[in-house]
Amino acid sequence: MSKKYEYVPEQPLVQGNHTFSSITSLIGDIVERPTPMWWYIAFGVSNLLLAMLLGMIAYLVWEGTGIWGLNNPVGWGWAIINFVWWVGIGHAGTLISAILFLFRQGWRTAINRFAEAMTIFAVMCAGIFPAIHVGRIWVVYWMFPIPNQMQMWPNFNSPLLWDVFAVSTYFTVSLLFWYVGLVPDFATLRDRVKSKFGRIIYGFFALGWTGGNRQWQHYEKSYLILAGLATPLVLSVHTIVSFDFAVSIIPGWHTTIFPPYFVAGAIFSGFAMVMTLMIIARKIYGLEDIMTINHIEKMNMIILVTGTMVGFAYVMEFFIAWYGGVEYEKFAFINRAIGPYAWAYWLMFLCNVFSPQFFWSKRIRRSVTASFILSIVVNIGMWFERFVITVTSLAQDFLPGSWGYYSPTWVDVLTYVGTFGLFFTNFLLFLRFMPMVAIAEIKMVMPQADPHYYDENGDEPVLTDKFAKKPDVNA
Amino acid sequence: MSKAEQKPKKVYGMLAEYGNPAKLIRAAKLVNRAGYQKYDAYSPFPIHGMDEAMGLKESKLGYIVLVHAIMGFFGALALQIWTSSIAYPINISGKPFMNIPAFIPVTFELTVLLSAFGAVFGMFFMNNMPRHNNPLFNSRRFEKVTDDGFFICIEANDDFFDEDKTRKLLQDAGATHIEHIYTLEDR
Repeated sequence: MSKKYEYVPEQPLVQGNHTFSSITSLIGDIVERPTPMWWYIAFGVSNLLLAMLLGMIAYLVWEGTGIWGLNNPVGWGWAIINFVWWVGIGHAGTLISAILFLFRQGWRTAINRFAEAMTIFAVMCAGIFPAIHVGRIWVVYWMFPIPNQMQMWPNFNSPLLWDVFAVSTYFTVSLLFWYVGLVPDFATLRDRVKSKFGRIIYGFFALGWTGGNRQWQHYEKSYLILAGLATPLVLSVHTIVSFDFAVSIIPGWHTTIFPPYFVAGAIFSGFAMVMTLMIIARKIYGLEDIMTINHIEKMNMIILVTGTMVGFAYVMEFFIAWYGGVEYEKFAFINRAIGPYAWAYWLMFLCNVFSPQFFWSKRIRRSVTASFILSIVVNIGMWFERFVITVTSLAQDFLPGSWGYYSPTWVDVLTYVGTFGLFFTNFLLFLRFMPMVAIAEIKMVMPQADPHYYDENGDEPVLTDKFAKKPDVNA
Repeated sequence: MSKAEQKPKKVYGMLAEYGNPAKLIRAAKLVNRAGYQKYDAYSPFPIHGMDEAMGLKESKLGYIVLVHAIMGFFGALALQIWTSSIAYPINISGKPFMNIPAFIPVTFELTVLLSAFGAVFGMFFMNNMPRHNNPLFNSRRFEKVTDDGFFICIEANDDFFDEDKTRKLLQDAGATHIEHIYTLEDR
């Protein structure tokens, strides 16, 4: 009974003796330094891919959806898979910026800015697919409740319409949230950059921010409310995306587990994507003091948890199919595991359920290389999850006479690859011209930001141990 | 500054710089106790405890958001009920025209959307944003506020503003530097 408990303080969030101004220059100088060569190369490649995407879309609009691999039983192919995959990736950004904010996880400040940027660009990539897959894209405005000469209105009973509202709301709110976070940092750049043009542009977007406490007061309230709004929103968006499937009566889709299972999968894949981008960015821009190994470890824990939740959902689906006793449902799941798409099913299982289990080991959790490789594996796995769900259920549903097999065409593949062009074109522009880490928020989590850090005269304490007892200057 | 020196100047306020968040919060407390109303404490990040030190009441932004949320909620319901069951009722697989459970997702989304508009644009409104012509921007030194500067500015049109007394107060509170902020126009 005489076990001794020791207080283990959390690792400091910002490492390497930084001051406020060294943080400002660490992040703010990135936009001022000359553009590195690798940026031009990466931007050029992304632009080519983007041009390819536009070409594929033009071809699709000209020719119609027949150029995709869709056939009679399988009316939803790569378009919906890519849509769900990209939207899912976006969710990690909102999780980091909103949910971790509500849980007061200070470590989110290192990654929230570019995770939110990732959200916005991923949702842009996602939004393309439902828009172009309608076939007659020139009447796509029928999806919105716009008064028209036919006096017709959208069908509000349809999950596909809910999706229109969910995704467009999600995009708008993510953009607003991102911008609100950017305002003080735009002000930092306004006061910092040397070029006149830069001052004008950053100054314009900073909206005359002064950093007065009367502004911070409303700002913080606004941020808190937005976080509180974005949290149920992000859960609702992927819930509604899952309704696209779950509200139908196709075996393998018509299950109540879909909403939580989709949300967990979305966070899982999104964190993996943030990990991939973060590991590259911290290396290139030398931000290892801000995005530390501790951050990587914490993210890997979330990947492990959500990956295991996804694995649980896979097993539970199988169990309920058997326990529910519906012939078609049972067949759908056995068919996934041993049918014509068994290769995709087991690839999904391997990538999503088994690969994150490596993160039980602390050494692997804290290894940059392992995290990078596994994060890519997870994203491949999550793409295949959507493939398995979408295609297997449609290809073989009720009547064996109407079964089919789906494979994509080159247009499907190139359109998907092209969305990476859109994503990285935007992302590279973001890295080049915007503060990629939330400067003000990083300062907020430094020990010097706390008034109680200083001694009774308001000077730097001689004791450097943050957790030692300090006199209360506020008393 | 150079422009400001040529034109006739009018004092907008007195700007004092402090060394760190703890000193700023203490100075803000003193300024507040001295009875000033038109002043603000400027910092690169929000400082915990500053609202209490300045004696500020809680932000009213929540009420703006609430009004927007209510508008979004009832607006969305009205839109769906009116279009689906009054303007052009269509029988879709025998579902009721006024199918309230099916209207909930869109209602939720629009409630969130309008609330977010309220939270963001309400905040801009309460913060006087956008305002690009703030006299504080005439001070070169004030540019540090978004880096590592901590300032208090007492406006000249405050009832208690007095050139010597205000300077002494800011000085005694531990200011490292004090200067005047000028408006460019002579008003």
